[in-house]
Amino acid sequence: MTKQNIDRRSFLKVSGAATGGVLFGFSWLVSCQNEVQAEIIPELEMPEQWFSLNGYIKIGDNGVVTIMAPNPEIGQNVKTSMPMIVAEELDADWDKVVVEQAPLDPEKFPRQVAGGSQSIRQSWEGLRKAGATAKAMLVAAAAEKWGVDAATLKTEKGHIIHANGEKIHYGEVATAASQLEVPEDAPLKDPKDFTIIGQSKKNVDLKDIITGKPLFGLDTKVEGMKYAVVLRPPAFGQKLQSVDDAAAKALTGVENVIQFGDKVAVLANSTWAAMQGKKALTAVWTEDTPLESTTYHDEELAKLFNEKTEAVRHDGNVDGAFAEADEVVERVYESPFLPHNCMEPMNFFAHVTDDKVLLDGPIQTPQWTRQRVADLLEREAEQVEVKMTRMGGGFGRRLYGDFALEAAEVSKLANAPIQLVFSREDDMSAGTYRMAIKYKIKAAIKDKKITAYHLTEAAVNSNMYGLIPNFFPAGAIENYRVDNVKMDSNITTGAWRAPYTNFLAFAEQSFFDELSEKMEVDAVQLRLDLLENAKKNEEDERMQWSPVRMQECIKLVAEKAGWSTPKEGIFQGLSAYYSHNTHVAEIAEVVMKENRPVVTKVYCVVDCGIVVNPEAAKNQIEGGVVDGVGHAMFGDLQFNNGIPSANNFDKFRLIRHQESPEVEVFFIQNNVDPTGLGEPSLPPAGGAIANAIYKATGKRFYKQPFVQEMDVLG
Amino acid sequence: MSTFSIKVNGVEHTVEADDATPILWVLRDHLQLVGTKYGCGIGQCGACTIHIEGSAVRSCSLPISTAAGKSITTIEGLSENGTHPVQKAWVEHDVPQCGYCQSGQIMTAAALLEENSNPSDEEIKAAMHGNICRCGTYNRIRAAVKTAAKNS
Repeated sequence: MTKQNIDRRSFLKVSGAATGGVLFGFSWLVSCQNEVQAEIIPELEMPEQWFSLNGYIKIGDNGVVTIMAPNPEIGQNVKTSMPMIVAEELDADWDKVVVEQAPLDPEKFPRQVAGGSQSIRQSWEGLRKAGATAKAMLVAAAAEKWGVDAATLKTEKGHIIHANGEKIHYGEVATAASQLEVPEDAPLKDPKDFTIIGQSKKNVDLKDIITGKPLFGLDTKVEGMKYAVVLRPPAFGQKLQSVDDAAAKALTGVENVIQFGDKVAVLANSTWAAMQGKKALTAVWTEDTPLESTTYHDEELAKLFNEKTEAVRHDGNVDGAFAEADEVVERVYESPFLPHNCMEPMNFFAHVTDDKVLLDGPIQTPQWTRQRVADLLEREAEQVEVKMTRMGGGFGRRLYGDFALEAAEVSKLANAPIQLVFSREDDMSAGTYRMAIKYKIKAAIKDKKITAYHLTEAAVNSNMYGLIPNFFPAGAIENYRVDNVKMDSNITTGAWRAPYTNFLAFAEQSFFDELSEKMEVDAVQLRLDLLENAKKNEEDERMQWSPVRMQECIKLVAEKAGWSTPKEGIFQGLSAYYSHNTHVAEIAEVVMKENRPVVTKVYCVVDCGIVVNPEAAKNQIEGGVVDGVGHAMFGDLQFNNGIPSANNFDKFRLIRHQESPEVEVFFIQNNVDPTGLGEPSLPPAGGAIANAIYKATGKRFYKQPFVQEMDVLG
Repeated sequence: MSTFSIKVNGVEHTVEADDATPILWVLRDHLQLVGTKYGCGIGQCGACTIHIEGSAVRSCSLPISTAAGKSITTIEGLSENGTHPVQKAWVEHDVPQCGYCQSGQIMTAAALLEENSNPSDEEIKAAMHGNICRCGTYNRIRAAVKTAAKNS
């Protein structure tokens, strides 16, 4: 495992200045109390004074504890799970914990990013140390108060317990603790002693969500704030020649129209008025760069397969193995562009003044975005304050911060606090899309063994990164090669939940299913055999995944789904994939209804190490599977002369209630340090359902979305 | 611009707005009731679902002029302090991921249970089909609706 680069001082630093660190309570804070129903989720009584022990922890004089949630919350539940880790080592009473979303503060919090399913994995050690260090300070203060050796004291649920049974709550020694030296080596718990981690704790924002409290970026309301809606070029490749804003300015509620670059912002006193104002603009657009269409991308990507390239990885001798093969199998898999379609459209609040910039809103990359806004406005990053709201989804779209830059620019030009709002149409047509990709996979079979595997990726704009070429089946097949080729496009593309693997896993896992049929080997057995081969390469440092852990996932999912005992009328498909440091195996079930295949259930086994918050973890896995099934079945975005084929949910089909399969989730139990769950259950889903549909219908899918291919099934 | 009298969550309000302004934006921008969400603006996603005279409607597609004199309920007024059986069931099943669509889901589910106190799985799916959850919490939503039906 990679060493965690935690700067201990980054969270310990503030505690030095904490002696006078009195902070007053916030009226909106709600307890994390779990075991009760909504009816009686009480509001905790707030303390008179707070004492800060480090960047993550404030102890109230009445024993209530505030824990900061450092990372942005996009629905992956880190606002609950990260504070749980701190609370565990602090030995806090979770029912007396309030969680507060931290603003961007790189001095206190390392890696305030929502991306790559890395929050839990990369913060695990730092969060534990924050809790353990604060606990040690509280215990030391109690030891001093009682005049005993700290080693004789115990802690439990927010209390320190004397050997004679006497008990005081943390608040009673918080002021003394906050004046102590910060210990360097506070011990961490043995995972077997965890009492909070591994117990299901409900979402800390749950009550506010179900009662409609302001939580999201679009809910921001500030005195004097204007709503800004922006007209952007309708096609990728166009630029603004001229705009007539007379009709827009004549509308009631419209206060200002501001051109910036190739965009035009309409500012109004309500969102609706700003949207109407935008529609009333008459703009003339000219072609700046060629307007691209899907047919062009398809042709160019197909041509790229013939280009000579330098391999990203090449083991053994692929060409030699193909020359000696009994059979060579070659398939091409194709995927379209995809918009992210977060339910909360892109938006951001900005207030730019001469001496300060305030940004507030939904952002996965607050630190990077702060720097870009500072550069844009020619300010120092320290002049830019960034606050984070809860996000109505992210899926990668909110990594890019373009909306925050627009908000800052418009606020500066308007000299006013503004909330910049994308309409749904803006959101879908000014995207940072999952790029269209094609994979060509070629394998050699000799003596009923796979002797070579050659994957070529042809992608729009950018290729797979990092360790992806080293994922399975790298290390499992002696002669192995991956090539990357790409074409440049003026369509903006970027990370989309489980980048690359969201489609690659489908291609690869469908391909292996086809090989297993040709080789007359059971699909589960073929994968177990390949993983067995990979074990001899476990020492290879490029191989961060574990053949053993993947085998365990596959064996368990086969057992849970009853793979070896087929059920009448139910067709099963297997897929297994490692991504974002987590191992996942899935078996999908399909039945035929009115001559068409319907996905009814997906079994999913996950090895993510320690499961911090089990019920919420299950929720993530269920959602990832449903998302993977939905986009494989329905997700499609074409381009026609630079214009996307859909700009709202009447034309873009997302999975809905009636199409959502049942998902049953199982976790492998172990005490390995935890990894993330926001992405890893999505990639295997497409392959699992494609393989099940093949069994049900005899038709192999090579192109997403499947719904278009299914029309030929009749 | 016209003046409208509307009753929201039992409280009478007078708002000045263009006749065509959707109720959604009157709630959010005029009355600062932001629990009702904007998702698509064309009645396709259900995030903006409210009750008018007890029926679930998409507030993004109904102009304020149609609501004059009628009684509107939003997520903020569904219950005192989140105690409606549907809200309690949402807590029991810890339904939300990002949470953005959930007030619309809850309002649709509450209206369904008013009409059909014991819906089957298929009836729940059909009634909830107009509400998109991009995070894919559909199965928890269905389980929560069943729990709410049992407890109401």
